[in-house]
Amino acid sequence: MLFAAVALALATLPFFRLPAFYETFLYLMFHWIVLATSWNILSGYSGYVSFGHGAFFGLGVYATATLAARYRWPFLATLPVAALVAAMVGIVLGAVVFRVKRVRGELFALLTLAVTFVLATVILNTPIDGGPGVYLSAVPIPHIGATPASTFYLLELAAAVITLAIAWWIARSRLGSGLFAIHDDEDAAEVLGVPTFRCKQVAFAISCGLAGVAGGIYALFVSYVTVSETFSITVPLTVVLMSVLGGTRHWAGPAIGAAAITVISYTATAGDHVLAGKAAIGIILIAVILFMPDGILGTLLVRRARSMRAAPAPDTLPAKSADFPSPVRASPLRGSGARLLYLRDVSKSFAGVQALDRVDLDVYRGEILGLLGPNGSGKSTLINVVSGHHQLDGGSIVFEGQTVERWPAHRVARLGLARTYQIPRPFAHSSVLDNVVLTAMFGAAALPRPEATSEARRWLEFTGLSAKAEALPADLNLHQRKFLELARALASRPRLLLLDEVLSGLTPAEIDGAVRLILRIRDQGTTIVLVEHLMRVVMALSDRIVVLDQGHVIAEGPPTEVMAQAAVKAAYLGTGVDAAG
Amino acid sequence: MTLPSPTLLAQAILSGVFVGALYGLLGLGLSLSWGLLRQINLAHFALAFLGAYLTYQLATAAAIDPLATLLIIAPIFFVLGAAIHWLLSRFAVTPLNSLLVTFGLTVIVESLIQWFWTADYRRLGSHYADITFRAGPLFIPLPELLTFALSVVLCVSVWATLRYTDIGKAIRATAEDAPIAAAFGVNQRRVAILLSGVCAALAAAAGLCLALTYTLTPSQIYAWIGVVFAAVMIGGLGSALGPLVAGIVIGVSEAITMTLTAPSWAPLVSFSLLIVVLLVRPGKA
Repeated sequence: MLFAAVALALATLPFFRLPAFYETFLYLMFHWIVLATSWNILSGYSGYVSFGHGAFFGLGVYATATLAARYRWPFLATLPVAALVAAMVGIVLGAVVFRVKRVRGELFALLTLAVTFVLATVILNTPIDGGPGVYLSAVPIPHIGATPASTFYLLELAAAVITLAIAWWIARSRLGSGLFAIHDDEDAAEVLGVPTFRCKQVAFAISCGLAGVAGGIYALFVSYVTVSETFSITVPLTVVLMSVLGGTRHWAGPAIGAAAITVISYTATAGDHVLAGKAAIGIILIAVILFMPDGILGTLLVRRARSMRAAPAPDTLPAKSADFPSPVRASPLRGSGARLLYLRDVSKSFAGVQALDRVDLDVYRGEILGLLGPNGSGKSTLINVVSGHHQLDGGSIVFEGQTVERWPAHRVARLGLARTYQIPRPFAHSSVLDNVVLTAMFGAAALPRPEATSEARRWLEFTGLSAKAEALPADLNLHQRKFLELARALASRPRLLLLDEVLSGLTPAEIDGAVRLILRIRDQGTTIVLVEHLMRVVMALSDRIVVLDQGHVIAEGPPTEVMAQAAVKAAYLGTGVDAAG
Repeated sequence: MTLPSPTLLAQAILSGVFVGALYGLLGLGLSLSWGLLRQINLAHFALAFLGAYLTYQLATAAAIDPLATLLIIAPIFFVLGAAIHWLLSRFAVTPLNSLLVTFGLTVIVESLIQWFWTADYRRLGSHYADITFRAGPLFIPLPELLTFALSVVLCVSVWATLRYTDIGKAIRATAEDAPIAAAFGVNQRRVAILLSGVCAALAAAAGLCLALTYTLTPSQIYAWIGVVFAAVMIGGLGSALGPLVAGIVIGVSEAITMTLTAPSWAPLVSFSLLIVVLLVRPGKA
């Protein structure tokens, strides 16, 4: 509401007939707001810092310049094309880059920078520019405002309002939740059901398209464009600086940074202190990263959240009642005999180490299957291949009647598989509640946000974490973080839950609580595969046990029978001299 | 497209080798700090240009031989580099943030240079610039030859130091696994400070070469970033010889592209190479 009111008030500004100087200054400010905010949609939200924003801005510049100056298109008609061209190039680039797992962080930054220079070289050497630059002085400026300055002001104001509205909407949407999860732990996000590739693609396309629009307007504003000015390193570095200064996790952060930097540099230019202004920007950048890594807005918001959290919250104990939603929609009977998951001939090796060697495994609906084996026997690898973390070398995995071994992890999650990590991997920048909301939205449950939130609250109550709902994961102790892993997995309403050493590192009292929790989860109809070292727990919980050793299944059956077998004893206790021959 | 004469092509390749050697020398310090200290030091380019301007200043105003200026500038830069490292490690910045912080430093240094020396072009007129050797039909200018020699000597000595000396082994061990190296008695802080000092001193050497062979202007700082990053990535992070080899490969392919097509196509080579390397190189880069 406030946002709309400010936008409306700004739209009336040209009627006051201010000197063109003010409108031009504000045009530039909105220009940078559009660029920084659009950059933030991919790079700030998901952490994929792009140094290639100048490329997409430049594509917009040249799309408009070519169409308006050479083909005499009306200027306004060129803007959608500018957006489309930039977005298409972004999609093509993303389709290649986002498939390569390694290209993250600084490598993604470098790659996008390189793409900028490649595009610049191509445009410079082809008839699109050809070297001398393109003049747009003959292109008629549309009569939106009374003067050209008003027209540019109003156009860019509209672009800024649209961009900010999109950034605001994404931050609240499923897409935004997915992007924030990717920022913190992309692999975990994928396994918990976030379609990471698609999220990044959509965000990149939107980000590039908006930069293209800013470029299109800018082309007419400067009326003469050259490759060296357009594709310089200043655009990407400036938008990074602005966004980091304002705060990248909030939709309004980049706009605040952009406004601050534009004011500083414009004041410096007007006061004939260009160099001082430049140096000041350098100093501000350093100071912000060292002392305020979350940016102006990020720091303010954290402070406010802290003071709100300081209010005492009622300490809730793990709920005792059983009135929780059943994790599966149609709860099958315990041990109904139907196979929920089976593996055939599954093999996986890492750099010569055969972690899994032709493993066959069946998991039946409603059971708790204990997965045992000494260190390095392949238990965690098994969990990782089933949840889609690793690609198989051979064999097949069938879950819920679907052959899933070639599926991306998020599709398997959507089908009803959830897992926990031995070392908890919460999304560090999201609150405990938001961590759980994410899986309720993206997992098998696939709930819209309001329902996902109440679902998440229920599971936090179930695991006794309600009092910590607004805390950040870093504020939890190990026991609570393990339970957060559980809550996060449960909120997706899985049919199959893979628990990777949820109990390790807990005190005996905490273990007893966790065991009761696991039994309650099963009683609601969820099938559980339990990887655990604590023999007492495995024996108490499991309906069946499978023992792995060096990537092979060496025993399988009811707990007491399996533990009596000689091979199992040998795997755990070592082989006697005579037995080894 | 007409094929250039063999002499022209050979001369182009030779000039490619020379400019490639400078890519390698600029990349050396960058590669070491990125690969071994996990700091992406954009300010390396700013330091190199600051070094170039200081060489210019000392050689023109104080009439010191350009090569001798290195004896003055390198120690100063060593201290500067150590100070930058102290700042970055004091705040435990991530690699990406180190890129941003050092970009801030770059902007500050650029402003300083522009303030002292203005944005006008500066060209060091040393007596080296007039000397050119001839090898058959080919011309070999002395400044380029000095650059090449300095680059090769420095890259090889750094490589040998890393490989064979105790301090080199300590540095590599720290880069591989800092806590374990510390447990074996490596003083991480001292090793890191030493290494960053050396990197900055290497920037001074690169600056000397820049001053010998190029016309200086502050905005040129940014012109080198892309291609040198390409050399570093292709050559391998933390490698001493890699950037030199990759730099020469890039320099030569650029020179050939320029001769066969137009000079303005040159950037396509290095950046396409960089993109391909980033996408297909196996393992962790």
